[in-house]
Amino acid sequence: MATQHSRSAARMMMAPAVILLLGWMLVPLIMTLYFSFKKYLPLRGGDLGWAGFDNYVRFVTSSAFWPSVQATLVIVGGTLLITVVFGVLLGILLNQPMWGQGVVRILVIAPFFVMPTVSALVWKNMFMDPVNGLFAHLWKFFGAQPVEWLSDASMFSIITIVSWQWLPFATLILLTAIQSLDGEQLEASEMDGAPVLKRFYYIILPHLSRAITIVILIETIFLLSIFAEIFVTTGGAFGSRTLTYLIFQRVLESQNVGLGSAGGVYAIILANIVAIFLMRIVGKNLDA
Amino acid sequence: MARAVTNQRKAINTAAAWAVGLLIFFPILWTILTSFKTEAQAISDPPVLFAFDWTLQNYSDVLDRSNYGRFLMNSIIIAGGSTILGLIIAIPAAWSMAFVPSKKTKDILLWMLSTKMLPAVGVLYPIYLIFIKLGLLDSRTGLIIVLMLMNLPIIVWMLYTYFKEIPGEILEAGRMDGAGLKDKILFILTPMAIPGIASTMLLNFILAWNEAFWTLNLTAAKAAPLTAFIASYSSPEGLFYAKLSAASTMAIAPILILGWFSQKQLVSGLTFGAVK
Repeated sequence: MATQHSRSAARMMMAPAVILLLGWMLVPLIMTLYFSFKKYLPLRGGDLGWAGFDNYVRFVTSSAFWPSVQATLVIVGGTLLITVVFGVLLGILLNQPMWGQGVVRILVIAPFFVMPTVSALVWKNMFMDPVNGLFAHLWKFFGAQPVEWLSDASMFSIITIVSWQWLPFATLILLTAIQSLDGEQLEASEMDGAPVLKRFYYIILPHLSRAITIVILIETIFLLSIFAEIFVTTGGAFGSRTLTYLIFQRVLESQNVGLGSAGGVYAIILANIVAIFLMRIVGKNLDA
Repeated sequence: MARAVTNQRKAINTAAAWAVGLLIFFPILWTILTSFKTEAQAISDPPVLFAFDWTLQNYSDVLDRSNYGRFLMNSIIIAGGSTILGLIIAIPAAWSMAFVPSKKTKDILLWMLSTKMLPAVGVLYPIYLIFIKLGLLDSRTGLIIVLMLMNLPIIVWMLYTYFKEIPGEILEAGRMDGAGLKDKILFILTPMAIPGIASTMLLNFILAWNEAFWTLNLTAAKAAPLTAFIASYSSPEGLFYAKLSAASTMAIAPILILGWFSQKQLVSGLTFGAVK
């Protein structure tokens, strides 16, 4: 039983982590809120007084806002669709008996460990470059006109890069979930002559629903704030300017801190909506 | 028919899985191969896979020209420093939450997790401003602190998950024997906790090494780690694929190797214990 003594010791041991995280959360958050109500242009006059909700209104009424929301949704949605669908299929495939399973696992997981700037640059230059990229060679080989991937199909290209980075994560988690599936149940259904698709739909998929939800939530939180992949490839051009990138441009490139901060508050609210769902699942797991 | 796996079925599985695995791995393989080509071979049409004159020239070029060593040192110091600092702060916290849980423990853990969800871009300017005021912009110290705070929730969570699995009876036994709090930590818990601490360390080192929002936005010439070094290759300068590949290979190789060791911990670490 915990004594009074050990309780206060425990509190002392927790204090540094709690205080630091509290500061890390509150100080910047309060500053962002403060700036969001200011007309604040560090390079053009500095603090020009209170602005009320002007920044909030201007951020959502600017012509760049809705396209950036759309770009964000397309990238997040597209990547989620690809990584979850292929993650399930790959998870099932990797769970089958085969030779060299360990090596294949390593091959599949590897992209997750590649730093974002490297994967973005490698894809941009060595695969998607319209003159020297591998895709261009491939297209020419089949007598087709090489595609200017990053300008003509910017969203598709970015989704491809990001999906390549996140597919290993989805696969690994879904594979772990598949491995915990009751083999006997599957066998019984196989004996009963249930066709493959039915087995997948009625047994495997329901079993995976929790893992899929977790993959979707965690990926969404990370994908909402992808940055390097856009910074290095298109720099936000060709319709690939996401909400995160728009805020970055407002704050650091055009140094309109008030406007950018209002955008930041929107981004925080958006992320929190997703986070609430994730926290519920994680919290439930803590009780168990 | 019995469900014994026929060799034929196993062969089909193997072929399919290897094909997919190699396809996914191909960009990395291609980068590594290209790093050993000459610049002319790197863009040759049709591309060559293996039949080229292997050379180490690109590696020596990158090392000569770009101060690669300094970026590498920055990466090691920033990723290593933030991981160690994070562990020093997180170990006592996770320990107390695992062994002296109170009613609030669950709320504190979830709240810590919620700080991880705060989008970085939402607090970009405040952090930028604080960094300027404190003279931390483009300093390794500044990045160590930011990356430590960013990953602290994950470190606490992972450690908490591992510590929870250490049976409490051992502690009780230690208490009966009259071991004090300090002895308990030193002689009973530490040996049992080391594997968990090691895998936490590994995963967080990887996350810090690859972090590319704060490292790009808060550094310039002095403290820039490898993420920023690679990003500096993004301006088109003609023939540079082989050098880009050499630089990339050097930036990702250490982490690929560490990553393969950490793949078992990856799942529970990144899902906060929700999938094991």
